[in-house]
Amino acid sequence: MSTHTLSVLVENKPGVLARVAGLFSRRGFNIESLAVGPTEHDDISRMTIVVSVDELPLEQVTKQLNKLVNVIKIVEMEPLAAVRRELVLIKVRADLSVRSQVLETVQLFRAKVVDVAPEAVTVEATGTRDKLDALIRMLEPFGIRELVQSGMVALGRGPRSITDRSLRALDRTA
Amino acid sequence: MSSQITGAQSLVRSLEAAGADVVFGIPGGAILPAYDPLYDAEHLRHILVRHEQGAGHAAEGYAQATGRVGVCIATSGPGATNLVTPIADAYMDSVPLVAITGQVPSGAIGTDAFQEADICGITLPITKHNFLVASADDIPRTIAEAFHLASTGRPGPVLVDLPKDILQATTSVLPADVWPPTLCLPGYRPVTRPHGKQIREAARMISAARRPVLYVGGGVLKARAAAELRTLAELTGIPVVTTLMARGAFPDSHPQHLGMPGMHGSVAAVTALQKSDLLIALGARFDDRVTGRLSSFAPKAAVIHADIDPAEIGKNRVADVPIVGDCREVIADLVAALQGEPRADLAGWWRQIDGWRRTYPLGYDLPTDGSVAPQYVIERLGRIAGPEALYVAGVGQHQMWAAQFISYEHPYTWLNSGGLGTMGYAVPAAMGAKVGRPEATVWAIDGDGCFQMTNQELATCALEGIPIKVAIINNGSLGMVRQWQTLFYDQRYSNTDLGTRPDGAGTSAGPGVGAASSAPRGARRVPDFVRLAEALGCVGMRCESLDEVDATIDKAMAIDDAPVVVDFVVHRDAMVWPMVAAGASNDEIRIARDIAPDFDYEEA
Repeated sequence: MSTHTLSVLVENKPGVLARVAGLFSRRGFNIESLAVGPTEHDDISRMTIVVSVDELPLEQVTKQLNKLVNVIKIVEMEPLAAVRRELVLIKVRADLSVRSQVLETVQLFRAKVVDVAPEAVTVEATGTRDKLDALIRMLEPFGIRELVQSGMVALGRGPRSITDRSLRALDRTA
Repeated sequence: MSSQITGAQSLVRSLEAAGADVVFGIPGGAILPAYDPLYDAEHLRHILVRHEQGAGHAAEGYAQATGRVGVCIATSGPGATNLVTPIADAYMDSVPLVAITGQVPSGAIGTDAFQEADICGITLPITKHNFLVASADDIPRTIAEAFHLASTGRPGPVLVDLPKDILQATTSVLPADVWPPTLCLPGYRPVTRPHGKQIREAARMISAARRPVLYVGGGVLKARAAAELRTLAELTGIPVVTTLMARGAFPDSHPQHLGMPGMHGSVAAVTALQKSDLLIALGARFDDRVTGRLSSFAPKAAVIHADIDPAEIGKNRVADVPIVGDCREVIADLVAALQGEPRADLAGWWRQIDGWRRTYPLGYDLPTDGSVAPQYVIERLGRIAGPEALYVAGVGQHQMWAAQFISYEHPYTWLNSGGLGTMGYAVPAAMGAKVGRPEATVWAIDGDGCFQMTNQELATCALEGIPIKVAIINNGSLGMVRQWQTLFYDQRYSNTDLGTRPDGAGTSAGPGVGAASSAPRGARRVPDFVRLAEALGCVGMRCESLDEVDATIDKAMAIDDAPVVVDFVVHRDAMVWPMVAAGASNDEIRIARDIAPDFDYEEA
């Protein structure tokens, strides 16, 4: 099993997320991470889906995804040719005795503090999975009170855009 | 102003504009607005069914018999959920179907309103696509998109859910003005033109193969490519097998036809696939009922796999040459590529195949107790009604016998529920087929179990003037399940006795309270199919002896002004052979219980 990141362009219509998520579970695939949001084009949303599958089942799930009428395009993001980011918000125990140590750790990871209270700070960090895991490991000894993570988003490196051609296709029929 | 119409009027006019001439349905609260304009629609006949499942299967039967989109209509909630089985059936067998459902008013959606069901959510995994219409203005485009999706690419069911307030709202978007509407389906681009490079590679492999087989599936019928297939087969001299969904795609009488492959396929068809060096799979999907244990299916064969659905290619079996495209174009291109190519010498291969055919033809034993062999009834039915008739089967033993012992010479003369295996398909599907092909004789071949699931549509047939004929192959039990109980469950006939014939209860002696309490049923027929048929406005007949079979069929054939139901009381222990047990390798085919064919395993 290996991890694959799929960028899926979909029509921005109600129920599309359910169609995509349902397809994965129906065909027996586990989604490790899923992020969905608007793109530079109003009619198109972009999902970034991380799945852990072998090559052949991946091909099958991609083909099945392509059969969904609301799915416009699927591109696999190659790890080295894409920027991949996740976001995490961590509420970490930080009273006066340890606050400076916490802040030092935050600095080290180029994360930032977005909220402060007498006993705790809330840290925001973006980065790759590995970096965020490392940050969480470093903050754990202080006591993590609450933690929330986004799904991964990914964008191919270089000047090309995966939305270009599909956007034109959409304009034609609009 | 006459330029305003209601959503309901728009729906009816859009269906007409999309080419529908018949809809099968039953009204209810949420869909009621649509039934008012339907009342005086000039080009759209509505057939009032007795159960929504009947509407769905009828629309399937209509579609499979005519190649056009079948349409069914139901109200919200239970009306819509009753369509779920036929929709799933159409999805599995790639039948072009448009299902129209009423929905509670937009404002009430999500409130658990009376007769509310999230039918779009429910049918998500069993439709090619579905729509919840948000505005009456969108109705013409949505209906056009639904028909387009249902009938193009790999056909399938599409559901259109219409909230009641949308049907009641007025709109100035008139179907007549906008037809054909511009479709907005940016993510839908089925590939129909096969890639030339793949065709050339396939042609090269076909020319070089020594033991090739044309493995023909339902996609060939969907692509209306029977003529092209025959050309390809005759040009190459390659043997042909037709799957359960493809019966009729290639004439059974053709010397190159080996019959049906799979769990109950002919020895020649199953074995030819097993020993093949090249499978040319056309519109077939390597279903488990065809392949048996996948890892040992056709182990030495290279695979050319042509299908319009890219997801089918490589799903179960890796394809050496994948070809995405419409089967008619694929086959036509293959013919063009093979024309003038040297033809491989298949004489040795045919010698082997002919040996299997000669030694292990399809057959059956006549019961020694004088009771009627079900296979005999079905065989005679096929002979007497002939190859121009349409045969529509339920699911089970009778279905397999109908696939085996009727000779199909023309496409679209064999209709059945292959993928989903829906008991109860036959009667309503035959009704739909007869509506689509009124000039044809339509025989439903049904089991006594299947028949009891949907026979209420015979009332529809009687009242609407749809004279189908139904042969109930009555063995008094859920025959296929009973066959498995005989073979794999030590003859413990748990809950398979239906009591539909006088001797019904007697043979089911087994442990448990159920068996003991069934004793008094022995002398009765529950239900009495002849009286049931008559109660439903049909002619009822019964046949209980071998020498009455022909005369009974003749009598049924002579009636053309009413539906006919014939209760053929048959031997209850008859089994479907050959058989490959579920999960076993096709190499372990049995021609009768514990009897394997004696193959010469030497390589040819």
